[in-house]
Amino acid sequence: MSRNEKNKTLSSAAVKRAIVDSFVKLNPVTMMKNPVMFVVEVGTVIVLLMALFPNFFDSQDRIGFNVAVFFILLFTVLFAGFAEAIAEGRGKAQAYSLKKSKQEMTANKLMGSLITVISSTELRKGDIVVVSQGEMIPGDGEVIEGLASVDESAITGESAPVIKEAGGDFNSVTGGTRVVSDSIKMRMTSEPGQSFIDRMIALVEGAKRQKTPNEIALNTLLFSLTIIFLIVVVTLAPIANYLDIKLEVPVLIALLVCLIPTTIGGLLSAIGIAGMDRVTKFNVLAMSGKAVEAAGDINTMILDKTGTITFGNRMASELVPVGGNSINQLSEWAAISSIKDETPEGRSVLEWMTKQGKSYDSTIADGGEFIEFKAETRMSGIDLLDGRHVRKGAVDAVKKWVAAQGGEIPSDLEQVSNTIAKLGGTPLAVAVDNKLYGVIYLKDTVKPGMKERFDTLREMGIKTIMCTGDNPLTAATIAKEAGVDEFIAESKPEDKIAVIRREQAEGKMVAMTGDGTNDAPALAQADVGLAMNSGTIAAKEAANMVDLDSDPSKIIEVVAIGKQLLMTRGALTTFSIANDIAKYFAIIPAMFMLAIPEMGALNIMRLGSPLSAILSALIFNAIIIPLLIPLAIKGVKYKPMSGARLLSRNVFIYGLGGVIVPFVGIKLIDLIVHVWI
Amino acid sequence: MDILQMLVVIAVLVLLVKPLGTYVYHVFSNEQNRLDKVYGGTEQFIYRLIGLKRREGMSWKVYALSFIATNIVLVAFSYLILRLQNALPFNPNAIGSMEPTLTFNTVISFMTNTNLQHYSGESSLSYFSQMAVIIMMMFTSAATGFSAAIAFVRGITSKGKTIGNFFEDFVKAHTRIFLPISFIFTLVLVALQVPQTLDPTLTVKTLEGAMQQIAIGPVASLESIKHLGTNGGGFFGANSAHPFENPSPLTNVIEILCMWALPAALPYTFGLYAKNKKQGWVIFSAMMCLFLVFLSVAYTSEKVGSPAMNTLGIDASQGSMEGKEVRFGIAQSALFTTVTAAATTGTVNNMHDTLTPLGGLVPLAEMMLNVVFGGKGVGLINMLMYAILAVFICGLMVGRTPEFLGRKIEPREMKLIAIAILAHPFIILVPTAIAFMTDLGQGAISNPGFHGISQVLYEYTSAAANNGSGFEGLGDNTPFWNISTGLVMLFGRYISIIAMLAVAGSLVRKQPVPETIGTFRTDNALYTGLLIGTVLLIGALTFLPVIVLGPVAEYLTLR
Repeated sequence: MSRNEKNKTLSSAAVKRAIVDSFVKLNPVTMMKNPVMFVVEVGTVIVLLMALFPNFFDSQDRIGFNVAVFFILLFTVLFAGFAEAIAEGRGKAQAYSLKKSKQEMTANKLMGSLITVISSTELRKGDIVVVSQGEMIPGDGEVIEGLASVDESAITGESAPVIKEAGGDFNSVTGGTRVVSDSIKMRMTSEPGQSFIDRMIALVEGAKRQKTPNEIALNTLLFSLTIIFLIVVVTLAPIANYLDIKLEVPVLIALLVCLIPTTIGGLLSAIGIAGMDRVTKFNVLAMSGKAVEAAGDINTMILDKTGTITFGNRMASELVPVGGNSINQLSEWAAISSIKDETPEGRSVLEWMTKQGKSYDSTIADGGEFIEFKAETRMSGIDLLDGRHVRKGAVDAVKKWVAAQGGEIPSDLEQVSNTIAKLGGTPLAVAVDNKLYGVIYLKDTVKPGMKERFDTLREMGIKTIMCTGDNPLTAATIAKEAGVDEFIAESKPEDKIAVIRREQAEGKMVAMTGDGTNDAPALAQADVGLAMNSGTIAAKEAANMVDLDSDPSKIIEVVAIGKQLLMTRGALTTFSIANDIAKYFAIIPAMFMLAIPEMGALNIMRLGSPLSAILSALIFNAIIIPLLIPLAIKGVKYKPMSGARLLSRNVFIYGLGGVIVPFVGIKLIDLIVHVWI
Repeated sequence: MDILQMLVVIAVLVLLVKPLGTYVYHVFSNEQNRLDKVYGGTEQFIYRLIGLKRREGMSWKVYALSFIATNIVLVAFSYLILRLQNALPFNPNAIGSMEPTLTFNTVISFMTNTNLQHYSGESSLSYFSQMAVIIMMMFTSAATGFSAAIAFVRGITSKGKTIGNFFEDFVKAHTRIFLPISFIFTLVLVALQVPQTLDPTLTVKTLEGAMQQIAIGPVASLESIKHLGTNGGGFFGANSAHPFENPSPLTNVIEILCMWALPAALPYTFGLYAKNKKQGWVIFSAMMCLFLVFLSVAYTSEKVGSPAMNTLGIDASQGSMEGKEVRFGIAQSALFTTVTAAATTGTVNNMHDTLTPLGGLVPLAEMMLNVVFGGKGVGLINMLMYAILAVFICGLMVGRTPEFLGRKIEPREMKLIAIAILAHPFIILVPTAIAFMTDLGQGAISNPGFHGISQVLYEYTSAAANNGSGFEGLGDNTPFWNISTGLVMLFGRYISIIAMLAVAGSLVRKQPVPETIGTFRTDNALYTGLLIGTVLLIGALTFLPVIVLGPVAEYLTLR
């Protein structure tokens, strides 16, 4: 499932499949779930019968009109089905590529000390399995022994392998992914058919799609509007009859179909499916449509500092010489100590050198032996060929190391390193043998663009809270730099839950991201919990969304998608209801003009003839559905701005537009239709 | 002059909104205030009398049950009195017992605050019935509606489990609002020559020497509560067009303000409850905008008059004076008609049947909407229902699930609102269609053609909106009309109130969502526009086809 494939717009195959599906969806049993379109379908059947058996219905003179009405109504229903099928089709294509990664495979089951090869479908929860280089992981589980790099591109689309190891927060592996190096022993955590990939397939296929509360509420409104207009139309016949105006059944059905909210009724489920789809396209897996909608309602966002707001690794931001040494001496040795250092800290020193335009003689390090960082020594460095030892590391460790070689500790070291620590940085001392040159100031850096994103969130009315294990001073520094609204320093996992509960008690909706097992309770408590795919199983189970790319800052985009979904639904509902005004002005005069010629005064669109007016309104009502499919699937444009501005913008476009567009549309269609009638 | 007259009345009304709205808030807010000293004693006595020691808050179900049970008791009591009035005291004119279907209709009519009258007061009711049934129900039905509105407002503006105590609200509505104010108005009306007596009908010798019966009675007391409680049932068949009910332009203005002020003040009360006065003014403005449109249509249409009359050579300079009182003229009649239909009072000072087609459309349309100020409390409830609908439809467009006053609108609320918005067109259109399908219904129409449609439609709309005014001209005192309008009034009143109390009961439990910059604001001009738009799109479009066949067709063919 590569990114390209997913972004491809509608292929002709998908359209073909959707056309077939739209006929399948004519089945009245499934149609009943959509009461608005069901009413249209019943009307279609009645008109069909009248066209087929004109003698029985005494409608011989109107066969042509009835056939025309039948076809327009049929297309109205088909268009609605097509919209839904197109939206579903995109999910199906994704499910198909996921299924490919789920082919039958074998597993090396460990029984006592013996390895038995069995089919992966026979594995049960709790079984221990050994997976070696080049093999597929047979199901979801936890690594209990060993370390391996795993290619998870089948799920995430990310080709770089990730490291999975026993213990800690990186022990969860997903079925259908491949071990590319080393070997691990894992314990199965899911039964066959219930694995993460199975759930994912079910989700994108829409098989388990449940209507969200907002959808149910909107459906209730649409249903009651349908019933109201049914009452209006049914009672109109006897009332008109009192005036000796005989209203034809197809005309009444045409009026009914035009008045009931077919536009939104036909597009409603497509909007929902497409919303979920947009989230999936973003490589975030939402467990329910409810979660996506809840994202639109978020008032508060709780973000971990490390990994989300900052890069998490500390980078050299300044070099401070001590004991009268020059900055150039210090920087040269700092660079040499880092030449072979592959840690982010080490690399950041070299980056700093380039940025500052400092040069150093890298040949000094040639042939030198790199000394790795160890927890016991808390130093790393290089032993040069000429016998000199270069070290950088924790200040007290380097101090001890220098002192042990009889070196003198510069008096200003203490003060410099304390200042750095107070600012939230990490001081690394640099020394060569018994001489201590100075300190590297390592600082956690805020990811570029975070401040702008938090400003955007503020415009949307969302408060951000940063959680960090740092001391209050450090936390305050980063918080100010990133522009978050609040921060919690020295936070423990319980603190997150407490904050979520506090915010929720004020009626706010809270979103958070997390990956560790100790995040699980908070993820479950939050209204929107986004777990990282790299995280533990517990975290993924507790969350209602999983980010396959494990990028915590994506929660911000998820919120935008949720809002966009709700806006699309509201915009099309408003549009659909506002359309009724024009349709009334088309059909009402047309219905009565023959009996009451003065009614022509209401024909403000000056439509050609009563019959063409009715047909034009019906045709408009039908073709507006496919015309709006792209909008329903892509969603209305969303730019973060205040609620008041969003509202006036959308009311202007979809409310006022909904009043005007049909007047223009019906008139244009009438100009064409009137050529024949 | 005409326009100035109307503007002055509207200005006085607007000035009354704030003080009256604040007063009503203090009556029901259950906070300690100075009013307790004045009324506390009487109320304590009543509470003791009815065994209401602890006045705990009620859930919506208990509240609804309490008000229904109270109404049932009152209905039974009134039914017996009307049926037995011949044997009861204060019957100097020896009026006989009322026919069963007419009694059914009358009792429901007054209990539901409709006051549709298929009888003529002076010939069908004893003084005792007028006082013990008609006036009593004018108080109790108004108090019931008022209590329901307050309970609904509490539900959507507070957090907890209860929406107030019905009996306490009911008692307070009487002691602090309707009794004192109507007492004052009775005195004012008496001073302005409205009769208030228990003497029998006068028999006088006219100048021509003939003997004439002049009906009198306890008119002033009925007149004040009739308007104050937006009841509208007249002492006399001619209602407020009768010179004893409404003798002068001054009493006319007093009566207009009397029926209009409380419904107009309630949105302000709501604003106080919502702790956002602007919110109250938004609701008020939406109502007032619609009102002004209706008033202009009514006034211009009556002023222009009927082309048919004009072609006959009748002087049209005064406008269409057919069916109007010379002492009121076009302006005072148009204003009265627009207010009586807006506040769903149903009192009339002119014959609505003889209004010009578009002039007649105004009260019809106002009753179909039933939100332009509306009857005692019900108007506010209905407007707030549309406010919730507007939030639901448009609120999504800010990208949040809809919330009104911070409370999320979810499937449960929408289902209940669906019941309410369905009920109104159903009970108007279905009986209208039935009436046209049967001889029983058609037989009553005195004016065939388009006007006949208006007559029937008006009758059921008036019943459904609990307005009670008649287009008249309809021979409606038959079992068919008595029973059908009786049922329509019953459903029109209780279905929506119960459904909306349930909405309140559901919203009161919700934790309000704090307002942020991303929230859909419901207290600005844009929202006022959206609210009006929703009322017109959902409430008015429903009735467009029948209106086209009735008044609009009549208007177009008369041109």
